[in-house]
Amino acid sequence: MHTIVCIKQVPDPEIPPAKFKIDPVAKKVIPPPGVPPVISVYDERAVEAACRLKDKHKGKITVLSLGSEKATDVVRHAISMGADEGYVLQDEAFENLDSFGTAYVLGKAIQKIGGYDLILCGRQAADWGAGQVGSILAEILGLPIITLACDIQVEDKKLKIKRILKDGFEIVEAPTPAVATVSSEIGLPRLPAGVALMLARRKQIPIWKAKDIGADLSELDPSKVHTEITEIFIPTRERKCEMIPGATPAEVATNLVSKLVKLI
Amino acid sequence: MSEYKGVMVLGEITEGKLAPITIELLGIGRRLANDLGEELSLLLMGGKAGVLAREAIAYGANKVYVAEDSLFDEYNSDTYTQWISNFCQKTMPSILLIGHTDIGCDLAPRLNGRLRGGLAMDAVNLSIDPSTKLLVSTRPIFGGNAYAKVVSRFARPQMATVRTKIFPPAERDDSRQGEIVSVAEKVDPSIIKAKVIDRIKEEFEGVKLEDAEVIVSGGHGIGSAKNFELLWELARLLGGTVGATRRACDEGWVPVTRQIGQSGKVVSPKLYIAVALSGAMSHIVGCLGSKCIVAINKDPEANIFNVAHFGIVADYKEVLPVLIEKFKEQRSP
Ligand SMILES: Cc1cc2nc3c(=O)[nH]c(=O)nc-3n(C[C@H](O)[C@H](O)[C@H](O)COP(=O)(O)OP(=O)(O)OC[C@H]3O[C@@H](n4cnc5c(N)ncnc54)[C@H](O)[C@@H]3O)c2cc1C
Ligand SMILES: Nc1ncnc2c1ncn2[C@@H]1O[C@H](COP(=O)(O)O)[C@@H](O)[C@H]1O
Repeated sequence: MHTIVCIKQVPDPEIPPAKFKIDPVAKKVIPPPGVPPVISVYDERAVEAACRLKDKHKGKITVLSLGSEKATDVVRHAISMGADEGYVLQDEAFENLDSFGTAYVLGKAIQKIGGYDLILCGRQAADWGAGQVGSILAEILGLPIITLACDIQVEDKKLKIKRILKDGFEIVEAPTPAVATVSSEIGLPRLPAGVALMLARRKQIPIWKAKDIGADLSELDPSKVHTEITEIFIPTRERKCEMIPGATPAEVATNLVSKLVKLI
Repeated sequence: MSEYKGVMVLGEITEGKLAPITIELLGIGRRLANDLGEELSLLLMGGKAGVLAREAIAYGANKVYVAEDSLFDEYNSDTYTQWISNFCQKTMPSILLIGHTDIGCDLAPRLNGRLRGGLAMDAVNLSIDPSTKLLVSTRPIFGGNAYAKVVSRFARPQMATVRTKIFPPAERDDSRQGEIVSVAEKVDPSIIKAKVIDRIKEEFEGVKLEDAEVIVSGGHGIGSAKNFELLWELARLLGGTVGATRRACDEGWVPVTRQIGQSGKVVSPKLYIAVALSGAMSHIVGCLGSKCIVAINKDPEANIFNVAHFGIVADYKEVLPVLIEKFKEQRSP
C-alpha cells in the first residue's frame, strides 16, 4: 500500500482574529511576527489517515509539499508522524499559482513518483481555502475522487470510504488508485514521539524544481490562470456587546433572562 | 469567449420539490442575467424533473433544461460530472451557479477540473463588474478572517458554489413565460467507478440544528462530554438543541454532525448561546446570522465578545446552573 499525501504549509490559522492583518494593496496576508507557519489542518489529518492505513496494511507513505524551501518543516512533521519519504516542490515558476497550476505541479510530481494506490489531500487549505486542488488533481490524473472522507478502509485493492454529509454519512466504494480529500472528522492527528522527531530532523528532503518533474512551464503561464483575486478585505464589525451586570452569578442570570424574555 | 452566454443554475431536487437553494440561486441568477442582458436557464435532472419545470419558470428562469433520467435521482460524482460537463460544452453558459451543498461541494470542483473553468467555492456575494462584465464572487479566506473577490478573466464557465440562505428566495410569479427543453442524452452507467453503497442518516435528538430557534453551543472550554449535559439541559428547556465547535467535536464530546462553522453547519436561530468557545472566525461564520448571540466566557478578551449582543465574563459552571433555574422560574410563574 503506497499512499501519497499532499500537504501545504500555511500561516498558523489559530492566531486570535485581532492579530490577523492583511496588506490589501499586495493582496497578501501579513503573517504575525514570531508565529511559525504550520501544516494545514486538514492535511495533517490526511497524514494521520495515511498512517492509520500503514499501521494496518504496512507499506509506504510519501508526502509532497509545493511551497518555499521552508516547507521542508511540514514535510519533516509528516515524517515524524510516520511518513517515509518527502519532497518539496519549489521553483520560481511555482509562485502564485491558482488551483489548476497547483494541481498540475503536484500531478507532475506524483507521476514521477508513480506506483501509488491512494492520493490524499485535505478538503481545503487553511489559508486561501479554494477547496479544489484534490478534485482537479483527480481529473488531471483521470482517477476517481472521493471527497470529505472521515474514514478510509482498503481491502483487496478496493477502497471503502466513509464520507461526511450535512446530516449523516455515506459509504463509497472505489477501485485503487484513487484520490480522496480528508475532513477533520477523521479524528485528531497523532503526536510524534521524541525519537521520530529526531530522525525526521535528520532526514534528507529533496527539493524538486520544474525541470526535475518535467513540468511544462507554458502550463503555468500567468495568462492561463483560471481565477484571480482582485481584492481582499476584512469586514468591519462594530462591537456592540452589552455586558450583563451583576455581583453574583444569580444576579447576572436574572439580568440576562430579563433581556431575553422578549426574544424567546 | 463570446460564444459563452447566459447564466445557468444547476438545480437540485429534494423530496420531489425544487430545493430552497435552487430558488435562492434563481433569484440571484435572475439579477446577474439582467445585469448582463442575457438569459437565465436552469438544469433539472432526475426521473421526475419535468413536473417542476413550470414552477422554475415562475421563479424567473427563461429556459429550463430537463434531463429526465431516474439514474440522476441519486447523486453520483462520476455520472454527474460526465453528463453535466458534456452538457455545458454544448450549451456553453458563461456563468454556472451551484449550491454549496453536499452535491455542490463534491461536484463543482471536479466539474471545474473537467471543464477547465474558473470556480469560487462558498460564495457569499455575487455581482457583475459593470466595466468588464465579469462575474465577481466574494468568498471567505483564512477561515473567514478575511474575504476575497475572485474573477475569472480567461476561463469559462465562470463558476461559483453559493452558500445557502445568503440570498433571498426568488419571487414566484406564475404569469412568467419560458421555454422547457427536454434533453435526451442518457448517461452511460458503465463509467461509474465510485459507488455509493450505503447512506446513514444521523438521527437527531429533538429539532434539527438548521431548524432550531435556540442553539446552546459549547466549545473546548466545556471540558468533557459529561459537562455538555448542562448545555443539553438548557437547550431542552428552551426548546432548542446543542451545537459545538470543531475542537469540542474533535474531542469526541459531541457528534461531528453538530459542528457549527465554515466546515460544519451554518445556522441562524433566534438565540445562539455560545458557551466556553473562543469565537474563531471559522466558527463564527456559521452562526453570524443568529438574531441574538449571548457569549459566556471566562476570558474578557475572547473574540466571541466582538460579535455577541450580550456577554457574561465568568466560568460557565457557575453561571449555567443558575441560568437554568432562572429560566425555569420565568417559565412557570
Ligand atoms: C480551515 C478551517 C476551518 C475550520 N472550521 C471550523 C468550523 O467549521 N467550526 C469550528 O468550530 N471551528 C473550525 N475551525 C477551527 C477554529 O479555527 C478553532 O480552532 C475552533 O473553533 C476553536 O474551538 P473552541 O472555541 O472550542 O476552542 P478554544 O479556541 O480553545 O476556546 C476555548 C474557550 O473556552 C474558554 N473557557 C475555558 N474554560 C472556560 C470556563 N470554565 N468557563 C467559560 N469559558 C471557558 C476559554 O477562555 C476560550 O476562549 C476551522 C479551522 C480552520 C483552519
Ligand atoms: N501548495 C500545496 N502543496 C501541497 N499540497 C497542496 C498545496 N495546495 C493545496 N494542496 C492540497 O490540496 C488541498 C486543497 O487545497 P485548496 O484547493 O487550495 O483548498 C490541500 O488540503 C492540500 O492537500
